[in-house]
Amino acid sequence: MGFFTNKGFQPRRPSNPKLPPGQYETTDFPVLTAGPTPRINLANWEFRLEGLVEEPVKWSWEEFNKLPMQDFNPDIHCVTKWSKFDTHWRGVSVDTLLEHVKLKPEAQFVTEFSYGGYTTNLPLADLLGGKAFVGLLYDGQPLTPEHGGPARLVVPHLYFWKSAKWVQGLRFTATDEPGFWERGGYSMYGDPWKEQRYRDDDDDVASAGSIRL
Amino acid sequence: MSKVTWQLGTVVSIVPETPRVRTFTLQLPHWTPHRAGQHYDLRLTAEGGYQAERSYSIASPPGQTGEIALTVELVDDGEVSGYLFEGVAVGDELEVRGPIGGYFVWRGEASAPPLLLVGGGSGVVPLMAMLRHRQRLGLHTPAVLLFSVRTPKEAIYQTELQAMARVDNSFTLLLDYTRQAPPGWAGYQRRIDAAMLAEVVGRFGAEQPQAFVCGPTGMVEAVANGLQAAGLAPELILTERFGPTGG
Repeated sequence: MGFFTNKGFQPRRPSNPKLPPGQYETTDFPVLTAGPTPRINLANWEFRLEGLVEEPVKWSWEEFNKLPMQDFNPDIHCVTKWSKFDTHWRGVSVDTLLEHVKLKPEAQFVTEFSYGGYTTNLPLADLLGGKAFVGLLYDGQPLTPEHGGPARLVVPHLYFWKSAKWVQGLRFTATDEPGFWERGGYSMYGDPWKEQRYRDDDDDVASAGSIRL
Repeated sequence: MSKVTWQLGTVVSIVPETPRVRTFTLQLPHWTPHRAGQHYDLRLTAEGGYQAERSYSIASPPGQTGEIALTVELVDDGEVSGYLFEGVAVGDELEVRGPIGGYFVWRGEASAPPLLLVGGGSGVVPLMAMLRHRQRLGLHTPAVLLFSVRTPKEAIYQTELQAMARVDNSFTLLLDYTRQAPPGWAGYQRRIDAAMLAEVVGRFGAEQPQAFVCGPTGMVEAVANGLQAAGLAPELILTERFGPTGG
């Protein structure tokens, strides 16, 4: 596509270097899901680390809340084009969780899985080194169900569908296995700065062939 | 295999649906059949290279080949919708890519379960694509549209929906006016609630319908919960949020 411009179109909002391409800033907290919000009873809630680990581990709600917590203030970017700056979360770093398991050497990728059946995939490296956390509080309050409460994985450097709501655990895998939206043609990686919204936007798509949306 | 790449469509018609809603029909050089419920991304580019993108649901059925109809609501201070309303005329070009979205879709299989469509405001757009597809295929899959709007003049596609209901006994249109109903209105005139949803689900008898719910976040949340309370299995409820900021 050559360089096309829409005559008379002018930006109505000041440009902001924190905003990835194609995104706009909102101060709301919009919601994107594919089905009803699952109802989760905290008495039965658990969080699991499984798959390619020497010994799977799981926490009850009470146990999970005793893990060391930190504050996180990320900018978040949704594939539906909104971005929200400087959000306020409190939760448990994935690094902290991983101190409780020994990963097998072939573990290279992760499937986040959720109450309600949602899944999403990403490379293990994208969860490490302070890049991801399980959020329990938002703006100082327990995370509400429509935003993924009681607990949501947050991976703010990727589009927000990679941050599984109602997260139930992490499954470590040897290969990159497409999750819910990814099977529907969304990007395997989802870097907002490269605008990887769909599979056809991924770096390696020429070799993999395109997935029909 | 469809590649989701940008292409320049030509605006062939602009139809006002309500004071704040217009349908833009674009002829596409690389049209691919979509599924009812899918959307297109639309991108505007300024002289200096600045770009703004939004997603809009396709209102036309896949049987309307070579073109797509996008129904757009004017958002207050809307960077993209504002330009579309003020700056775009028939004959202009617009950059789009699609079709996109593999989940909130209705394929129109003859064996499909009955359809329960619940729309709020411009959330009716993808549901309209489903109804138009159903009509074009000549299917008599039982279908109910519960369509919640504030006032009569805000009911998008009202004439077409009423005509559809008149000629098709297997389609029921349930309009719900939450703020102001027409004179003598005997139908629903309150926000969608659990009792209303139980009544609507009851119309299907023993057979569980496939539900598609599209509208503002609060409404979608309430309807999805209400449908479950009315006995619908969660896997039969598909949702899509629509709104100035949600998509």
